[in-house]
Amino acid sequence: MIISIASGKGGTGKTTVAVNLALSLKNVQFLDCDVEEPNAHLFLKPRIASQLKVHVPVPEIDEARCTYCGRCREVCAYHAIAVLPPGPAKEGSILVFPHLCHGCGTCSLFCPSKAIREVDKEIGLIEIGDAGPVSFIHGCLNVGEAMSPPLIRQVKNYMNPTKTVIIDAPPGTSCPVIAAVKGSDFCLLVTEPTPFGLNDLILAVEVLRKLSMPFGVVINRADIGDDKVETYCREQNILVLMRIPFDRRIAELYSSGIPFVLEKTEYRGQFNAAFNLIKQETAK
Amino acid sequence: MKTIVVISGKGGTGKTVVTGSLAALAKNKVMVDCDVDAADLHLLLHPRIIERHEFRSGHTAAIDGDLCKKCGRCLAVCRFDAIKPDFSVESFSCEGCGLCSLVCPHGAIHMQENVAGEWFVSDTSYGPFVHAKLGIAEENSGKLVAKIRQVAKELGEKNRADYVIVDGPPGIGCPVIASLSGVDCALIVTEPTLSGIHDAQRVIDVAGHFHIPVKLVVNKHDLNHGMTSRIEAFCREQNIPVIGKIAFDKTVVASMVEGKTIVEHVSGAIKEELCKIWEGLKI
Ligand code: SF4
Ligand code: SF4
Repeated sequence: MIISIASGKGGTGKTTVAVNLALSLKNVQFLDCDVEEPNAHLFLKPRIASQLKVHVPVPEIDEARCTYCGRCREVCAYHAIAVLPPGPAKEGSILVFPHLCHGCGTCSLFCPSKAIREVDKEIGLIEIGDAGPVSFIHGCLNVGEAMSPPLIRQVKNYMNPTKTVIIDAPPGTSCPVIAAVKGSDFCLLVTEPTPFGLNDLILAVEVLRKLSMPFGVVINRADIGDDKVETYCREQNILVLMRIPFDRRIAELYSSGIPFVLEKTEYRGQFNAAFNLIKQETAK
Repeated sequence: MKTIVVISGKGGTGKTVVTGSLAALAKNKVMVDCDVDAADLHLLLHPRIIERHEFRSGHTAAIDGDLCKKCGRCLAVCRFDAIKPDFSVESFSCEGCGLCSLVCPHGAIHMQENVAGEWFVSDTSYGPFVHAKLGIAEENSGKLVAKIRQVAKELGEKNRADYVIVDGPPGIGCPVIASLSGVDCALIVTEPTLSGIHDAQRVIDVAGHFHIPVKLVVNKHDLNHGMTSRIEAFCREQNIPVIGKIAFDKTVVASMVEGKTIVEHVSGAIKEELCKIWEGLKI
């Protein structure tokens, strides 16, 4: 079973729920796919056994072969290559903008002079280890790198389907979230009962409906704010799997990087109950 | 005209709440919400939309079933697993590179332009506001951010505004980079948690990478005094001014529920602190 934990809005407690759920269940593999700001390791404190650099392919031009025909510039949908043809007084030149490149490989395939080969550009790091009984993997995007989906996809290549896989997805509703949650059996959306929480929950629900993925909601700090999130879930027939009340102690534990189920063990049962509900939902 | 962007790395640190208060405190400015993925600032500023524009960006492959001979060339070349075995395109996965349409020997694939979202110019009681809504599950949020920043800049120049104030997105990826490029100052709103510190450090590094000066605010500073001291210590080390510390207060949530900016909803210490933050931010 693959469960991803997402939230339209950041800071609603997505990582908290993911980490505490992981610690409450058995035979878990944890994937932190929030590669722009990975945080789960701060709570799970894994012992990292191996590290791998992650690369994407980018074109490299062999200027000795390049005739400045401009075919690569024409076929690149992302304007990642600029070609200046030679003039009477100057030589031609060609430039690659690696930050715009999506690594699609079109240019190298279409270069008539075979002047383009693909080389690896490092975009981040994957670390693999164990946090007690939980197998742990996370990706970490290099600072200054713009595109996280290729790294997210590579983290997911390490998924072990014999375990209960828990994916901590990035916030938002655009490409990185899709890359993270795609292929999950169930998505758990973490929200809070505020207008911001509701606004962003509605967006996240739209995403999951578009992906036709079963989902449910966890309301964090359920007793602050207003009741509009509850009303929305009722009207939309959305399953509320769990409500976590605001508790200053939980906030303090969070701030120090301590998963709250370690101290408030009664929540383990609630996370297991939520997990059983998820199993029922996905069996439908 | 100066541009200030408010970012946080981690979501939920109170970035938009701070930006909302700046909207109420700063005079003669243009507000921009660059968190196009999950925009929230409009919930505080209550815009009246004046202009509405489509945001067209990127392409998606479309296969014409009548022309397709199922030769499999497209499937073999697509690096994004966007072509399904039944020769339909999974639009979520398609990055719009166009390789499939170039290699298809039967001309069965053409590239369709995406309507990737909408952007708006609005009027609010705090002045002009430029905002956007990225289509669900769309990419190119960085381009949409660049677009609305451009619009805000032109509007600001036309109005002879003193400031453009930008609410930035979470994370450190393409929309954040687009929000940061060329601004005069980045205000980082963080919280005294391990994750808050970790993410603030990363976003400070991104700002450094693009040579953007940084100032910092600690929100909910009294939730963990030890962590707050750690933030202050690393800011000292890196010469980052800490221009304010906001205490944890449930009335902040209450003001959000009311759809008001905090400075208008509360008085006392929090309001004073926010005024101090704005004074510290002025350039
Ligand atoms: S690999 Fe694709 S995106 Fe990169 S430069 Fe070549 S054509 Fe452009
Ligand atoms: S346009 Fe590129 S990403 Fe989209 S289906 Fe064709 S080859 Fe794949």
